[in-house]
Amino acid sequence: MGINRREFLKIAGISVVTGLGGATAVDLLRRAPVEASQVSPNPKALTAKRWAMVIDTRKLTEADCKRMIEACHRIHNVPDIGTKQEVKWIWTEEYEHAFPDDMNEFVSDEVKHRPFLLLCNHCDQPACVRVCPTKATYKRADGIVMMDMHRCIGCRFCMAACPFGARSFNFGDPRPYVKEENPKYPTRMRGVVEKCTFCTERLAEGLMPACVEVSNGALIFGDLDDPNSEVRQVLRSNYNIRRKPNLGTQPCVYYIV
Amino acid sequence: MLEKALYGSKGYYVWILLLLGLIGLGSIAYYTQLTQGLKITGMSRDVSWGFYIAQFTYLVGVAASAVMLVLPYYFHHYKAFSKMIILGEFMAISAVSMCMLFIVVDLGQPQRLLNVILHPTPNSILFWDMVVLNGYLFLNIIIGWTTLQAERKGVTPASWIKPLVYLSVIWAFSIHTVTAFLYAGIPGRHYWLTAIMAARFLASAFCSGPAILLLLSLLLRRLTKYDPGKEAIQSLAKIITYAMCVNVFFFGLELFTAFYSNIPGHMHSFEYLFHGLEGHNLLVPFMWAAVVMAIGCLVLLIPPAFRNNENILVPALLMLVGASWIDKGLALLVAGFVPNMFERVTEYAPTIPELAVSMMVYATGALILTVLWKVAVSVKKEIA
Amino acid sequence: MYDGGKIITGLVVFVGLVTFPLWSNVGKAAKKPDPKIDTPVIQQLAEKKCIEPKVLMQAEHMKILNDWRDSVVRDGNKLYVSSSGKTFNMSLQNECMNCHSNKKQFCDECHNYTDVKPYCWTCHIEPKEKEKVAWASIEENS
Repeated sequence: MGINRREFLKIAGISVVTGLGGATAVDLLRRAPVEASQVSPNPKALTAKRWAMVIDTRKLTEADCKRMIEACHRIHNVPDIGTKQEVKWIWTEEYEHAFPDDMNEFVSDEVKHRPFLLLCNHCDQPACVRVCPTKATYKRADGIVMMDMHRCIGCRFCMAACPFGARSFNFGDPRPYVKEENPKYPTRMRGVVEKCTFCTERLAEGLMPACVEVSNGALIFGDLDDPNSEVRQVLRSNYNIRRKPNLGTQPCVYYIV
Repeated sequence: MLEKALYGSKGYYVWILLLLGLIGLGSIAYYTQLTQGLKITGMSRDVSWGFYIAQFTYLVGVAASAVMLVLPYYFHHYKAFSKMIILGEFMAISAVSMCMLFIVVDLGQPQRLLNVILHPTPNSILFWDMVVLNGYLFLNIIIGWTTLQAERKGVTPASWIKPLVYLSVIWAFSIHTVTAFLYAGIPGRHYWLTAIMAARFLASAFCSGPAILLLLSLLLRRLTKYDPGKEAIQSLAKIITYAMCVNVFFFGLELFTAFYSNIPGHMHSFEYLFHGLEGHNLLVPFMWAAVVMAIGCLVLLIPPAFRNNENILVPALLMLVGASWIDKGLALLVAGFVPNMFERVTEYAPTIPELAVSMMVYATGALILTVLWKVAVSVKKEIA
Repeated sequence: MYDGGKIITGLVVFVGLVTFPLWSNVGKAAKKPDPKIDTPVIQQLAEKKCIEPKVLMQAEHMKILNDWRDSVVRDGNKLYVSSSGKTFNMSLQNECMNCHSNKKQFCDECHNYTDVKPYCWTCHIEPKEKEKVAWASIEENS
């Protein structure tokens, strides 16, 4: 049989592509074991069109903040690393670091030393979602910017894009640094990015986020699209600011100063 | 033609073995990184991109620089580049390969990297970066290989090469623009949020890439007597000089905007680079060295009498590569992350394992370059 | 043929290497996997049934878990109605592992035999072997 090398390579190449393509097509077209009709959300879940949080910083003390950070980090198995490769979902900063654009030399003494709670702002137009190449971080219909740890490739583009520094990366295995594992919630593995998720697992059970629950009323959580919600009432009657609003990401965490 | 890379002088084999040894050594560091995670690097929560992505950024520029030869040669029939163009195209292949390798070693979950293809996200610039880098790699492989093959057989290349060549010119601009868009579209990081980021990238690419090509070609001439030709060398040196002038000018534009506007956010990163912030001043000596080298290389490149004298040209090009590497391969990344988004300063310096992994990638690129250039030079010698 | 001696020798060595797993394990049959389902939670169940029939679970449990993962994380769902009409929580850590709390005697049995290393439990904390309240389906508990 007279076949030259070029012909052979062409036939081999086409066979490989057809074989792989066919196998993939068969796999995709196979009946999925879980039909869409079988799954549904928990009827007890809290729902909203646009979840938001109002932090009344007038009511916050260092002890309150510590308690809230502890609650969040404990139930979500956030590791306590303590070096520059730390992981934190919620933390405190002073005014000049929370609102660096307001370079006010004469901010009032009390505000200057007040603790401000910083966390993911679950923006309306998040830069992190815009840049994620795999949709591992995405905006849910209820406004929460969520993380899919299974899909994250650890490229850290979202960390570069977030103008608020809200995201942390697991540089190493976090398990040794998790003081007390919460057996109801997973940990993460090395190589993925994590951040506050507005406690989606608690919202799905009809509970408020952990920080809100232990905040003694300093944190208000609700639906911005519902004009009668507590967040809207509080925002209507108190002067409130957000972090870096001029960047256009439309953060949904408001601060009453 | 690949069999040409299997035979060479004793020095050639020693060099290949040395590269393989370096790759092996670096692989040990990479294995540690795969098992322990990126904590072995110097990156942190605040400086979340470091040496790897910085090298990727620099090498994308080097890869795009092949267009500085392709454009005159194919669009304007500038025949003087005929002996150099294959070297440029093959260097582009090596550079793009290194780019992609640097991205892979930077990933926290490299085994999931196909997620970028399985879940395409057109609004993400990283998705487009993957598309354009792979496209450019294939373009250069196809164009370089078929033109060399055709030259070896003594025929003109097939007609379908022409549209691919034109595409590769536009594509070269695109790979660097897309990489610049990684930085230029990020709200909040003042050092990066500038409209001329893509222009700066291109200017820096078109001086540093050809400079590296010219230096390596001169080295090749010394090792193999393959001479790209005096006119080619001097033309390329001219192009490099113009591009470096534009590069330095653009940096000056950035300095003006930052300091004349006096906006603190814009100035902070420059202050960190050239003076230090809150006592943190790790990069200051590097930046001032880059300034000296940049101005020094222009002093040596602008006067034709200096530029055409190879004894002066070589140190000038070395200084150019040094200055552009410090600007793009060191400062660009770190200054975007310092100060961080709530005005805290965390410094960054690469660790030894990080440098070892980078050495593995650079050695791989050098291996690809050696093999391809060996093929090119052998084929050219064969038909001469 | 040319270099016939070298080729035959090379072929013999190659075939030997490729078939090494076969002839080196002659007479040493690996133990058939025997996953145990006698955990405290399962023993307290009225009907000892998983969410789906055993054969389906054996073949498709990874695909089911992947579909659950996307449904819970990306679509915000929580409840799964199985083919038998019962409702379950879609959760590896809190539902599946609640009954199958003996990872080493259950999950690992087959996974070790087939040399499959799923990394689910790098994140989804595996249960420590201790008493857990029977919580097989939501209907029984509401």
